[in-house]
Amino acid sequence: MALKDITLGQYFPGTSLVHRFDPRAKILFTVFFIATIFLCKHLVSYGLTLVVLLVFIAISRVKAKVFLKGMKPVIFIVICTALLNLFYTSGTVVWSFGILRITEEGLWKAGFMVLRILMLIACTLLLTYTTSPIALTDGLERLLRPLKKVRFPVHELSMMMSIALRFIPTLIQETDKIISAQKARGADFDTGNLVQKAKALIPILIPLFISSFRRAEELAIAMECRCYHGDEGRTSLRQLTMAGRDWGLLVFSIALCAGIVVLRVFGL
Amino acid sequence: MEPILEINHLTHIYSPNTPFAQRALDDVSLTIYGGEYLGIIGRTGSGKSTLIQHLNGLLRPTQGEILFQGKDIWSSKELTHSIRFQVGLVFQYPEYQLFEETVYQDIAFGPRNMKLPEEEVDRRVRQAASFAGLGDHVLERSPFELSGGQKRRVAIAGVIAMEPKVLVLDEPTAGLDPAGAAAILANIEAYRQANHATIIIVSHSMEDVARLTDRLVVVSQGKLPYVGTPREVFSHGPALEEMGLGVPAMTRVFARMRALGADVDPAVYTVEQAKEAFLTALQKKEGM
Repeated sequence: MALKDITLGQYFPGTSLVHRFDPRAKILFTVFFIATIFLCKHLVSYGLTLVVLLVFIAISRVKAKVFLKGMKPVIFIVICTALLNLFYTSGTVVWSFGILRITEEGLWKAGFMVLRILMLIACTLLLTYTTSPIALTDGLERLLRPLKKVRFPVHELSMMMSIALRFIPTLIQETDKIISAQKARGADFDTGNLVQKAKALIPILIPLFISSFRRAEELAIAMECRCYHGDEGRTSLRQLTMAGRDWGLLVFSIALCAGIVVLRVFGL
Repeated sequence: MEPILEINHLTHIYSPNTPFAQRALDDVSLTIYGGEYLGIIGRTGSGKSTLIQHLNGLLRPTQGEILFQGKDIWSSKELTHSIRFQVGLVFQYPEYQLFEETVYQDIAFGPRNMKLPEEEVDRRVRQAASFAGLGDHVLERSPFELSGGQKRRVAIAGVIAMEPKVLVLDEPTAGLDPAGAAAILANIEAYRQANHATIIIVSHSMEDVARLTDRLVVVSQGKLPYVGTPREVFSHGPALEEMGLGVPAMTRVFARMRALGADVDPAVYTVEQAKEAFLTALQKKEGM
């Protein structure tokens, strides 16, 4: 049952302001916000972006616990980054033991790096937690539409994305079922060395591959039966419209980005 | 008859201690006897899949215990692992779990996991294939180039090759044409007779379970409201229909006749029984 509990780009339905923003505005906000995070230089700019992020999280009404859970997988990377920056930055030594030295600059750098990674993850989580996968792919398709001029398959890409997202839970369920069936034939996934454990995966992976191909074929036929013929002349059930608040969000994110650039010039 | 599997006060809760906790089985007890043919019927989501996955230790009871020949299957790790070979479980649509290059290799997967010597594996594969009605020429082919019905036989042979004392099958005839379904049921019967095995079959086909089984278990909302011979169980016809279960067509006809005031046996479930019941009812009428 462990597989079922995976939260992958999970969406938490809601009616908060953050939920109601147009997906395009939210995607652009996230892009600008990520740029902003990388432009931050010191205490004032980091503090400002953190406050903005926390305010948005508060407005979204998604529980803080959920964000913490989503950050769990990167804990290891965060700790490694922190340690590397802590011990390998040169500057004024504040503490040393044998070959280990911690410098004042290292402390700052490690702190900022941790904050930077956590903010990056939190802002992308905010996007996926408050935007349904369908809205997200719709938004992305509209945003990338200009690329069609250079023959970039925008519609196909977004269709692939929505299909992939749609089938993640199905495949997880299927994997659970195949694992049970092979266990019923005495398959052992827990003991043995690494090579044996890798080999034990074959009875799961092959049936999974085969059923994915079968599903893909069935889906393709079902889509063609309903006259799907790609992008040409296709209209959308959900028309995206940018409201005043969406333009507001866009202006705000550009302003934030610009503001941080100014702070950077002053070295704050 | 000796009890082979005993289910004592079994409760199973999925995702316990979370907001998604779901009580799939609620204080269920059942004794299964060696050599019997048991049918399990119930609607989708009634808990029957959860129940059968406890029988070979795939799921661990939240509360209660499962005894195999008197021993708790969770009492030691070795026992839990070996129980998988004693109680063979064939899932629904088992053909989707085939993975080997040849039919032979796939059927041998179970016996090889039992760490049997290669000659014994070979004997079991050939015997299981013959039980499943697969000719020698099929053994060297790839399982993926076979027809749907044949794939199903390969998958069932893969479980039979472990020579389990109890064979549990979840909807073994689902999606097969009538001839294919009858052939599979005959294969199962052949295995049962040859090995004096206990068979547990989960099915939606009331006609099939009524005809084949010695005893029927009804699963509804995590409980077992009725356990008994098909005759006893189908005498609760209207209650079964209220649970969303069908009853054999004959049972429905006779229940309707009773509702119209005719004095006939309510627990009829085959055409032969229907004929008998008609004749007795007519004789009674003439005698009056």
